[in-house]
Amino acid sequence: MKHEIIIAGFGGQGVLSMGKILAYSGLMEDKEVTWMPAYGPEQRGGTANVTVIVSDSRISSPVLSKYDVAIVLNQPSLDKFQPRVKPGGILIYDGNGIASPPTRTDIKVYRMDAMDKAAEMRNAKVFNMIVLGGLLKVCPVVSTEGLNMALFKTLPERYHNLIPLNMEAVEQGKQIIVEQ
Amino acid sequence: MAEREVRLMKGNEAIAHAAVRAGIDGYFGYPITPQSEVIETLAQLRPWETTGMVVLQAESEVASINMLYGGGGSGKRVMTSSSSPGVALMQEGISYMAGAEIPGLIVNVQRGGPGLGTIQPSQGDYFQSTRGGGNGDYNVIVLAPNSVQEMADFVDLGMNLAFKYRNPAMILSDGVIGQMMEKVVLPPMKPRRTEEEIIKECPWASTGHTKNREPNVITSLELRPELMEVKNKALQAKYEEIRNNEVRFETLHTDDAEYMFVAFGSAARVAEKAVELAREEGLRVGLFRPITLWPFPEKQLASLSKDKKGLLVVEMNAGQMVQDVRLAVDGSLPVAHFGRQGGIVPEPEEIVKALKEKLQ
Repeated sequence: MKHEIIIAGFGGQGVLSMGKILAYSGLMEDKEVTWMPAYGPEQRGGTANVTVIVSDSRISSPVLSKYDVAIVLNQPSLDKFQPRVKPGGILIYDGNGIASPPTRTDIKVYRMDAMDKAAEMRNAKVFNMIVLGGLLKVCPVVSTEGLNMALFKTLPERYHNLIPLNMEAVEQGKQIIVEQ
Repeated sequence: MAEREVRLMKGNEAIAHAAVRAGIDGYFGYPITPQSEVIETLAQLRPWETTGMVVLQAESEVASINMLYGGGGSGKRVMTSSSSPGVALMQEGISYMAGAEIPGLIVNVQRGGPGLGTIQPSQGDYFQSTRGGGNGDYNVIVLAPNSVQEMADFVDLGMNLAFKYRNPAMILSDGVIGQMMEKVVLPPMKPRRTEEEIIKECPWASTGHTKNREPNVITSLELRPELMEVKNKALQAKYEEIRNNEVRFETLHTDDAEYMFVAFGSAARVAEKAVELAREEGLRVGLFRPITLWPFPEKQLASLSKDKKGLLVVEMNAGQMVQDVRLAVDGSLPVAHFGRQGGIVPEPEEIVKALKEKLQ
């Protein structure tokens, strides 16, 4: 089993971190993983994207042009990566600020209002984990336990008290994702 | 066994961890994208407190390479890292090291050129790396990693080859391998050599005053041309020995292949994906990946090409390694090139398309 995933959005939105948590979760489950950022001079406000591949077997190219799953978190990312989802693949988008929603009918399109949910939870920082929760609901790339272990492994111990909040965000994400 | 632990890290970070573990005596470097994580990681690891390894941010790349000249000249295991424009600045120093037969390791995490160019991945420095790069007749041993694991493994390998042949060695990587994160098993910890071990293993080195031997002179200067020719012939004999002993390469699905991609470093990873796509379409394609770019695996490539219909050389440049491939196969089969430049990484699909258009 191999999942080729692109996560794209604004710089500073946590796109790279989201990819890292996903890659670490794959590592926890003894899978092959690659994490390849489209790095550039852009910082907050610009666009950022990262390709994450999680696989049971050897991974060839860390850089791809077609994806099984695209997670797009703003309009420019949606416009750029919608055509690059493989037929039968998955597109997940956050509804916030989207004027032209996805139009493809040969892929599964899911909407999740993760930004609104994060605001409701009064913590903008759990946005990433809400999105990852949505992903795991519709495409179990890794298990929720793997994700939990990855947080324990990668967060410094002084932040471990925040893990339950993050896992709660994952659960919220699973609930708010809706097929379009 | 904490040392066999599987870690997830960037290629640049792996270089830094591997340097500490390979018993390196000194790292000298100047930050430049996309390899600044090397010196950043070394600063975080603080090896001067554990192994005693020196980590120094030099005032420039020119200073870094001359620190390698001094450190290597005294028998120390010393290294630097930079990216394309910075490595261009080092070429004079590398030529002097080759002339004075000084070992040392240079890591180039390439970006798009020419000039300051871009900060995205490229393989535009193939010629510079494999043809010497500075003045005079010389070669640098060039290793081309295509994974984070090889970034880690080639530090010790490169340094050992540099000392075995008293010659500069280079890891020629690029922004993809430097910036991507992958699983890596870090090499075991190897202690730095003691002063006594250095004196014993490097009798040529400038290791300080001693009554028992003539002074060791480390220089590339010889004003008498007849002696300089002797020196050049000795260097050429050494390069011939390296050509005979140190060729490294990897093959994938070449046995039943009608066509082969030839690619190194990150382009070889993308070409491997292109092999998968081509085989899904029923095209029998394999991959030949040179690991040493100098010495180039010319005999091995020629031998594997005998029953093939054509080769497509895939590079992130305008066509550099393709020249070595053409020399190796000497017109025995069609050789085409597909390249992207300026910091663009080729897409697997366009490689398959190029194969069909150029060779079928």
